[in-house]
Amino acid sequence: MAAETADWLGVPLAIIGGTLRGSAPFLFVSLGECLTEKSGKINLGLEGTLLTGAMSAYAVSYLTGSPWLGVLAAGVAGLCLGAIHAWLSQRSGVSDVAVGIAMIVFGSGIAFFFGKAFIQPQAPQLPIFEFGAWSNYPPLQSALQVSPLLLIGIAIAPIMQWFFKSTRWGLYVRAVGDSPSAARAMGISVFWVRFLAITIGSFLSAIGGACLSLYYPGIWSENISSGQGLMAVALVIFARWQPMQCLWAALLFGGAQAIGPALQSVGVTSFRYLFNASPYIFTLIIMIITCSPKRTLAGSPGALGTNE
Amino acid sequence: MMNVLSSWRSLSEKIIIPIAALILSLVVFGIFCALNGTNPFAVYGVIYQSAFGSAFSWQGTLVRAAPLMLTALCTALPARLGLVVIGNEGALVMGGIGAIAAGLAFSSLPPLVVQIAMAIAAIILGGIWIMGVGALKYYRGVNETISSLLMNYIAIAILNTLVEGPMRDPSSLNKPSTYPLLEVNWLQSIPGSRVHFGLIYGLIACVIAYFLIQRTTFGFGVRTAGGNIRAAKIAGLPVGKLTLAVCFLAGSCAGLAGMVEVAAIHHRANASLNTGYGYSGILVAFVARNNPLASVLVAILLGGLLASGSGLQRSLGLNDASVLVFQGIVFLVILFSESIYGKLDFFKDRQVPPKITPSTQPIA
Amino acid sequence: MKDEKPLYIPRRQIIRGIIASTAFGVTSQLWTGCTPSEPTTTDTTATPPASGSELTIGFIFVGPKDDFGYNQSHFQGQGVISQLAGVKTVDEANVPETATVQETMLSMINQNGATVLFPTSFGYFDPHILKIAKENPTVQFLHCGGMYKEGVHPTNVGSYYGYIDEAEYISGIVAALTTKSGKLGFVAAKPIPQVLRNINSYTLGARSVNPKATVQVIFTGDWSIPVKEAEAANSMVDQGVDVMTCHVDSPKVVIETAEKRKIFCTGYHVDQSQLAPNGFLTGSEWNWGKVYTTYVEQVKAGKTLADGGIPHLVRGGLKEEFCKLSSYGSAVTDATKKEADAVLAKFMDGTMVIYAGEIKDNTGKIVIAKDKKLMQTDPTLEKMDWLVEGVVGKIG
Repeated sequence: MAAETADWLGVPLAIIGGTLRGSAPFLFVSLGECLTEKSGKINLGLEGTLLTGAMSAYAVSYLTGSPWLGVLAAGVAGLCLGAIHAWLSQRSGVSDVAVGIAMIVFGSGIAFFFGKAFIQPQAPQLPIFEFGAWSNYPPLQSALQVSPLLLIGIAIAPIMQWFFKSTRWGLYVRAVGDSPSAARAMGISVFWVRFLAITIGSFLSAIGGACLSLYYPGIWSENISSGQGLMAVALVIFARWQPMQCLWAALLFGGAQAIGPALQSVGVTSFRYLFNASPYIFTLIIMIITCSPKRTLAGSPGALGTNE
Repeated sequence: MMNVLSSWRSLSEKIIIPIAALILSLVVFGIFCALNGTNPFAVYGVIYQSAFGSAFSWQGTLVRAAPLMLTALCTALPARLGLVVIGNEGALVMGGIGAIAAGLAFSSLPPLVVQIAMAIAAIILGGIWIMGVGALKYYRGVNETISSLLMNYIAIAILNTLVEGPMRDPSSLNKPSTYPLLEVNWLQSIPGSRVHFGLIYGLIACVIAYFLIQRTTFGFGVRTAGGNIRAAKIAGLPVGKLTLAVCFLAGSCAGLAGMVEVAAIHHRANASLNTGYGYSGILVAFVARNNPLASVLVAILLGGLLASGSGLQRSLGLNDASVLVFQGIVFLVILFSESIYGKLDFFKDRQVPPKITPSTQPIA
Repeated sequence: MKDEKPLYIPRRQIIRGIIASTAFGVTSQLWTGCTPSEPTTTDTTATPPASGSELTIGFIFVGPKDDFGYNQSHFQGQGVISQLAGVKTVDEANVPETATVQETMLSMINQNGATVLFPTSFGYFDPHILKIAKENPTVQFLHCGGMYKEGVHPTNVGSYYGYIDEAEYISGIVAALTTKSGKLGFVAAKPIPQVLRNINSYTLGARSVNPKATVQVIFTGDWSIPVKEAEAANSMVDQGVDVMTCHVDSPKVVIETAEKRKIFCTGYHVDQSQLAPNGFLTGSEWNWGKVYTTYVEQVKAGKTLADGGIPHLVRGGLKEEFCKLSSYGSAVTDATKKEADAVLAKFMDGTMVIYAGEIKDNTGKIVIAKDKKLMQTDPTLEKMDWLVEGVVGKIG
């Protein structure tokens, strides 16, 4: 007499809720990486930046009692790590992919080392907007709980799109990313534009980490990241380096993460691991369908992947 | 002989700079430890003792380094072609699955046959996995870094599904695993030590890879295509076939690492196959600048770092993240040192001005 | 490319530098002898050995020591025995279940002189402990959760575990008496016997006071994966669950999520009441300190596993103090406390049998026949592969 609560409305609600909850880290990290890659350098070290951002946000929020100060602290941590990456990867003869991987190790090490003291305590969390307060149905209420950070991220995406398209600084970034020699001829300092792009990109990614520790799941632990930093690099390419498409990709990913548990809670229990891997399978399928050998790197910054 | 003597400066550069980088990273880590209240000289002592200080610690370092030599090749080989592949973990897992399947299926045959079968199965499965990445890149233009990363997660999901489902040994209750290999089929340790034969496989594979890339026409084709794809196509090189072949070789190395894990350490396949050796292999490949011979040295270095991390926890009470910080510092400093080559005046070979003798002067 | 002026370092300085580093390398041999490598133990009051030499005991954890869960429970046990006279402990955390743990065990034996090892994660047993134990017959290996088999495993290996499902039974009672919706939730890692036993005991306890209560279970697939655990907890609350519990390595996420969603929860592994001041009802805690103290006394008395002085298979429940119930939270009514305490008393005097009588699984099949009683020590319970009636969910 197993009472199968086949509340089928539960699954779409859980996916909506999961999207709103889980996409914020992806959004911030992919926007940050988008900015970095537009300037022609890859920052693979965002996984470490994400963790350090999450840890510092949690630690500062706990020590000062203000979650917003925590978010700021995360950003500062991101700036520091980004500065190291920016300086090192721009030295001649150094591969930015290699530096990124070393930064993953370093960033994770710093995050875990200093974060040991903060695994146990509880830090004040960010406030939440209750967009579902009009309804009396608790699942709907909880699905529509939205963090201000997500709204900030959603606002940043079109701003960044406009920035690249219509402002002078956006032009500098794109110039440096597409053709550094042309940019130099224009008198732009390639080093400083890239430095700023990488550092600010790192700032955004660290705030993505703050989303993890101060919003959802709202704790600090060493396993808190399920590869969001690495996946965000994938997202950026998937989104063809367009910030608005990064937004949609991040929402897709956040929602896909919620599929596994949501299905289990209505009784679909087999192939649990494959459902849990659904975000990755989706992305691969979509990439296979949409890519073609001719148009593969349309939109890719020209200097990306070279050592210019 | 004269050439060696006159170019001793640039030769010594290749030796001194890496050593200086290691020393500098030790200093930085020492400062880090001092700021956290631990005596840096005690730290250095423990690092030396745990990594290289005795026969016992040397073996510990080699045990940790052995899988890294093989998995590093999975990134180093395609990098010569210009591809950035980070699918080592997935290939290792698939290789492990292949190995255990073969090991169980053929378990009644003589041990040598079984081990060869396991190795072949691992090589094929791991190779096909990464060959898929190469095919996606060549035929569909899918970025190989991302597809190999995604395939990692998919491979782990497949491993977990198989190990807890169709391949599960019913008596492995609390830790779902496949049936175990017969003891005769286990990969043994090198006599006189506790390092298993996987180390030899790794060394041989790296040497073969080096010669393949540097000294064969196949390798030449790979390097040309890696330098400039259009030129390679114009020259008539079959870039598609090269891509598939190199990716297969790369995956087969990581797959072989998976077979070693199954045959020498675990003797079965379960979730512990997903160890993180793949990701460490990426680091080794990049720091070694995709040179298979240098990968051997870097793998040993990383093995020593990991061994010292264990000692730091036990003897000095540093927490387990300190080894990650140490690794990060060492690799960042080594990468930094790569930008110093050719900059220091000391290492520049001095130009010898041509001697002017009266008899060589042209008659005005 | 950036134009950089070549760094000019005078030759003399370089030669000095090389001599200095060589001296460093050569003299480092001397330091390893000179520096008193102070093994910082968990307890700073290093008590002098009572008689003879100190006992060095090694602990190995698969995760972080302060995870508010499994590893922390063992770390707390380590803290208890570090206070004993003549005992020194060393530990390593975050050691994965691969060749690395073999290296750790060997290093503890060879470099730290450990004579007793407690590798605490289940996955360390086969093949790692078995291999190293064979090579080091004078060291005692005490493993948590394993099932020692006479004649199969080396004689210097022992296994211990606690029947924490007894405490889960009582937690289930408290949960069922507190729930308003009748729906309880269980976030579980993997469907292995130890986890299934907890789920089943929890459900049996709940249904013993409320026959209509259901326990919804979601398997996350991994021992520690906070994002999935949070998703699972949230989706269960969306389905109407109002008391949550879990069996994962670190229950922190589930408990905090329950508190955020303003429902009740019961804890596991260690006391999580401070994480959920409003919603915490009670919980099941390990009491490894008691187990470890007994072992230490046996070792100090000169007994070993090989000669049978130390038992190979050690199990115990609430009565033997291997586990205990967390203190009741503020939300538990007095009536509930009385009922729960009554059952606790039955456990303490040994009259309580959880797996008794006719028990059906959640597909309707009879798994324990009528009039059959399975005592906690019964080995068939350690092979459990079914979910009892009342559990909503499937294993595979």
